[in-house]
Amino acid sequence: MLSGFVVALVTMAYFGLLFAVARWGDARADAGRSIITANVYSLSLAVYCTSWTFFGSVGRATSGGLSFLTIYLGPTLMLMCVGVVIKMIRIAKAQRITSIADFIAARYGKSQQLAGLVTVIAVIGIVPYIALQLKAVAAGLDMVFGQSEHSVRLLGMDSTLLVAGVLALFTILFGTRHLDATERHEGMVAAIAVESVVKLLAFLAVGVFVTYGIYDGFGDLFSRVAGHPEFARLLDPDSARSGNWMALLVLSGFAILFLPRQFQIIVVENVDESHLKRAVWLFPLYLLLINLFVLPLALAGLIHFPAGTTDPDSFVLSLPLAHGADALVLFAFIGGLSAATGMVIVETIALSTMICNDLAMPLLLRSTWLKRRKAADLSGVLIAIRRTAIVGILLLGYVYFRAAGEAYALVGIGLISFAAVAQFAPAMFGGMYWKQGTRAGALAGLLAGFSVWAYTLLLPSFARSGWMDGSFVEVGLFGIGWLKAQALFGLAGLDEISHCLWWSLLANLGAYVAVSLATTPDAVELAQAERFVDVFRQTERLPGAHLWRGKASLDEVVELLKRFLGPARAQQQLIHYARLRGLDDWRRLPPDAAFVHFAESELAAAIGSASARLIVANATREEDLGLDEVLDILDEASQVRAYSRELETKQRALEAATGELRAANERLRELDRMKDDFISTVTHELRTPLTSIRAFSELLYDDPRLALAERQRFLGIIVGETERLTRLINQILDLAKMESGRAEWTTSEVDVGAVVRDAMETLGQLFRDKGVRLDAEIAESLPPVQADRDRLMQVVVNLLSNAVKFVAADSGVVRVAVGEADGALRVTVADNGPGLTPAECSQVFEKFRQGGNTMTDKPQGTGLGLPISRQIVEYFGGKLWVESAPTAGATFIFTVPLPAPEA
Amino acid sequence: MKKILIVDDEPNIVISLEFLMKKEGFEVAVAADGDEALSRAAAFSPDLILLDVMMPKKSGFEVCEALRADPAQAALKIVMLTAKGRDTEVARGLAIGADAYVTKPFSTKDLVVRVKELLGLA
Repeated sequence: MLSGFVVALVTMAYFGLLFAVARWGDARADAGRSIITANVYSLSLAVYCTSWTFFGSVGRATSGGLSFLTIYLGPTLMLMCVGVVIKMIRIAKAQRITSIADFIAARYGKSQQLAGLVTVIAVIGIVPYIALQLKAVAAGLDMVFGQSEHSVRLLGMDSTLLVAGVLALFTILFGTRHLDATERHEGMVAAIAVESVVKLLAFLAVGVFVTYGIYDGFGDLFSRVAGHPEFARLLDPDSARSGNWMALLVLSGFAILFLPRQFQIIVVENVDESHLKRAVWLFPLYLLLINLFVLPLALAGLIHFPAGTTDPDSFVLSLPLAHGADALVLFAFIGGLSAATGMVIVETIALSTMICNDLAMPLLLRSTWLKRRKAADLSGVLIAIRRTAIVGILLLGYVYFRAAGEAYALVGIGLISFAAVAQFAPAMFGGMYWKQGTRAGALAGLLAGFSVWAYTLLLPSFARSGWMDGSFVEVGLFGIGWLKAQALFGLAGLDEISHCLWWSLLANLGAYVAVSLATTPDAVELAQAERFVDVFRQTERLPGAHLWRGKASLDEVVELLKRFLGPARAQQQLIHYARLRGLDDWRRLPPDAAFVHFAESELAAAIGSASARLIVANATREEDLGLDEVLDILDEASQVRAYSRELETKQRALEAATGELRAANERLRELDRMKDDFISTVTHELRTPLTSIRAFSELLYDDPRLALAERQRFLGIIVGETERLTRLINQILDLAKMESGRAEWTTSEVDVGAVVRDAMETLGQLFRDKGVRLDAEIAESLPPVQADRDRLMQVVVNLLSNAVKFVAADSGVVRVAVGEADGALRVTVADNGPGLTPAECSQVFEKFRQGGNTMTDKPQGTGLGLPISRQIVEYFGGKLWVESAPTAGATFIFTVPLPAPEA
Repeated sequence: MKKILIVDDEPNIVISLEFLMKKEGFEVAVAADGDEALSRAAAFSPDLILLDVMMPKKSGFEVCEALRADPAQAALKIVMLTAKGRDTEVARGLAIGADAYVTKPFSTKDLVVRVKELLGLA
């Protein structure tokens, strides 16, 4: 048995340690070197695990089996929606949000009613939960000292009141130690993280002791259960209860964000958004570890203690106690104490902030007392209000505990609180993602949901405790059957938590959406909706300043800051802000919209956005911005966004156009280079005959005594080269005209067979001179085509003269054929010359590319015949190509389409 | 008697150059393309080569490079003849070792003077 002295000493030492950690954390924060790392942040989230987890999970597992796990799966799933939580954090930082009540109120036009309503719901919903913690600590004390019925007494107080008192003192020291009222408490967060570690280690120690010390591991425990069929059902994930599982998942998922202490830790106390990324896996890991031994402990307790002799909620203490492990009992007690105190501290700080800012401040601001003390520093008053609220909340918790007594097991109370804060979900999520949500809608939704919650869950629990007549549960209000509190509209068969959750959320969401759609928001609501929903798009350095207009005096505003923040902190913030605007002296700050906005957000951090709004409105001569004006300004903002989007699109289009231009330019350069090459080639072709002409002319001129035969030969060459030059110039001009589309064409009906016969006759002498045979196969009665007779003649003559040029003298044969195929006339000129390689087959149609290397025939060709022929054929819609292989001769083919037959 | 090799794919130009050089008292050989030019140069071992640039099979530039790479032809004078008179081509011809670069159409008198200069006969 532990002595009271040892327990008190260890407890005091532990509290002292926590306090030292908190002091250290605060000191480091003041020095600008925050100790809140991603790990500390993640651990502090484990404030979710209260004594309800530490003691209650085991108790719940003895009756509900594995369903206790849902309470931990819900938060895991919710945290995976990182985007939602990040958005909440971003909004809270931009708006200097101090609590969940502040968040909802700020979103719906900084409404004091809404802030007040959320606060009332939170207090009513949470007080039983705090009572639960007190009960757990008191029960733990009784267990440690072997007493019963909370009879441990000190100085005439019962143990529970004592615990409440100590916790109140502790909370005051932690949460309101600072005279300046800011929204963050880094020291407290650090202490909570330490507590999270301690309670986890304590629970694991008990788990290991029981599972491996008393029994022989998991396998041993589970095999013993086989001997108790009444316990075996605990190991089945009972499918019939899946409805309940669903409800518990949703409830706990909401609770991880909307319980005031969770919102405080996750959102308000967050120093760096990136910490969340660590928490997303570290926190679920923590939950997994702390649940690892829940089922073994539950089973061990059930096996060890005869049914009904020991409260399952105390197995964590009673099991080691029964085995005389005193040190472990003490450690487990400290662990349970950690779980309870962590919850109570953060929850009461969060609630006291809400009570101070959202209930007390509005009353204070309306009272005459404040007006009389116009110049006084109110920061002390604020702290005093908070401290009073802390004491009040814990006192309420104690009273509730005393009154409710043993009405419910621990877990029951926790779920009632969860269901209460779940009512914040529609207004929160709607506020973050739905601009149309209005203040009236949020008020209606919260009231509807809260009413259903109270009627179906809270009041029945009162009735069960015997405080009121339970007939509304049994037979329905006024005896109306479908108003039975836990079977509304005849919906029976659900457990009370699921029943309450689904009905209350339905009523809440329905009222929120319906009323929001039916009402119009005012100017402030509209502006806030924009800032919340579009928080990621707000990039201005001083956001929101453009939505204020009026006259303010610097002195008056500074006076306000000093009153509510205290002179020291006010001065500090003013200097910081002035530096931000590039001023050395804050006294020279212009009292403009941006400055008023700064002041209002500083005040909001201390007293909440709704009260801050009211104070600023009273202290400055504000001009009301009409709804239309706000719409205009917001419209302007969205126009700016639309404009910049448009600009982006334009820029992309411009880049595309630039790319096209660059490509076009490249193509032009290419064409230019081709033109250069062409001119260079033409020059070459012109200079070549000129070279011969000049050389022979000079030779003749210089030597008058040249032999006559020689003279005749040279003159013949000159004449030939001159003809070649003329032909060349004519063809170049011809080609240039055709390519530029300026050639003259005389189109008429042409008999292609006759054209071919003409051409053969013209060149007949040439063939006979070289001894080349020329055969023709011209089909009879071919239809005429539309073409230019002279041009077609030019093509045929070109093909024939090429053929005769390349075949061997005497053995050469050229065959000409004219026929009809595929709606076109087809002319082929086949020779038995050397043929062309595949590469040459396409090269011969390029300008100045001459086939073969026969020196003798060179002067005859210009290298332009085939390109010109192809131009002509293509002009009439036909094609000209060559089919050939080396040594196999060449066959040039061209077609001229026949006129389309008349339909 | 100095020997001159005339290389050009234009038969009429070859005729005129052959006549011109023979009249000046040189021993003359002719070739109609790049490959033939190299084989004739080896067999005939000319003192000077009149080399057209635009030719089938091997261009005048390629022939010039091949000759300059051949130690046996170290004393050979090379005169490039071309109908393409761009500065870049002149520069290229001289860069690969041609002794002179003459554009077509050329003055027969000037060409003779030039050839004699290169052969040390003037």
